[in-house]
Amino acid sequence: MAEHTQEQAHPTPRLYLVIISILILLTIATWRIAFVDLGIFNPVVALTIAVIKAVLVILYFMHVRYSSQLTKVTVGAGFFWLLILITLSLLDYISRNW
Amino acid sequence: MVTSETSTTEHHPALVHHFDDMEQQKEASTFGMWVFLLTEIMMFGGLFAAYLIYRLKFYPAFVAGSTSISVSWGFANTLVLLGSSFTMAMAVWAAQNRSRKQQVMWLIFTMILGAAFLGVKAKEYYDKYEECHIPGSFIGKPFNATGGPGCEKGNIAEEMQERARKTNEEIEREGKAKGWDEKKIADKKVAVPSDAYAVQTAKRTEIFFSFYFAMTGLHAFHMVIGLGLLSWLTLRASRGEFDGQYFTPMELGGLYWHFVDIVWIFLFPLLYLISRHSGAH
Repeated sequence: MAEHTQEQAHPTPRLYLVIISILILLTIATWRIAFVDLGIFNPVVALTIAVIKAVLVILYFMHVRYSSQLTKVTVGAGFFWLLILITLSLLDYISRNW
Repeated sequence: MVTSETSTTEHHPALVHHFDDMEQQKEASTFGMWVFLLTEIMMFGGLFAAYLIYRLKFYPAFVAGSTSISVSWGFANTLVLLGSSFTMAMAVWAAQNRSRKQQVMWLIFTMILGAAFLGVKAKEYYDKYEECHIPGSFIGKPFNATGGPGCEKGNIAEEMQERARKTNEEIEREGKAKGWDEKKIADKKVAVPSDAYAVQTAKRTEIFFSFYFAMTGLHAFHMVIGLGLLSWLTLRASRGEFDGQYFTPMELGGLYWHFVDIVWIFLFPLLYLISRHSGAH
């Protein structure tokens, strides 16, 4: 841990270029797919792509992949809380008519 | 762990006395920034959850409202914001590895893209004003999605019926080309919404637009704050304050900027994509 110098702790411009290219391709994909009728899978696909994009930004642009355990746990806790908020609230509303 | 003995005269000027070393100081700042960002997740998360719940409750209105906003502008803005995240990541990298000139250059690129995003947002808001799609009656023209005087451009009720008619024409054409019988064509056709239903649904899009403005408005407000932070970072970078040992303000400014980008990564599908009437441009 103590040997973790600041030079090692960050990715290179080449990696940033790869990440932004993937992000742009995913954005084009989600935009095109929105015009195809997939029924209930339209939102599923769009949100899956959004989650992939967010994870790429968090891991690489926000350096979480290269951060300490403390930072990783903090970030994980935040998004886990968001998952609880969204899924439990929606489960309630979706299942009221069952 | 034994920390190297640094006398008060030779440590990095940015190291403050209550930290052992630069590493520990940066770690504490990063942790603090993430805790702040978690409170931001809670604020935007509440809006996201409310949006999804109301979408379940008023699904046809959310489809009609979402279909009426411009997916092309939303798409363009997503690319602009992702680009600005890339230039921001480069600015943080430059803070550690390159001259102050390059740091300032990447920060200015980021600000230009951020301003471009806000410009597109302003254009979209102006369209909403012209279409009478601003909720309530306090800002601009009173909300009217049913084609009142001066609001003909934003007649969502008519658009709904028009879209159904167009879909049916396409089915008719496709059926004739493929030689389907009358019954099959009739079965495939969609129901054209009645006047009463279309008007009721169009009126209910006001709740969609309330969410649209609350969510994109809060996001745009964060962008404005971000531009302020970037200006401050540009000033500090131009003074040569950042180097491989000390670039924490750049790093944390980057975290904020990327976070605002992530919020948009979710706003784009939620508002523009998932509730669209499929096939509508």
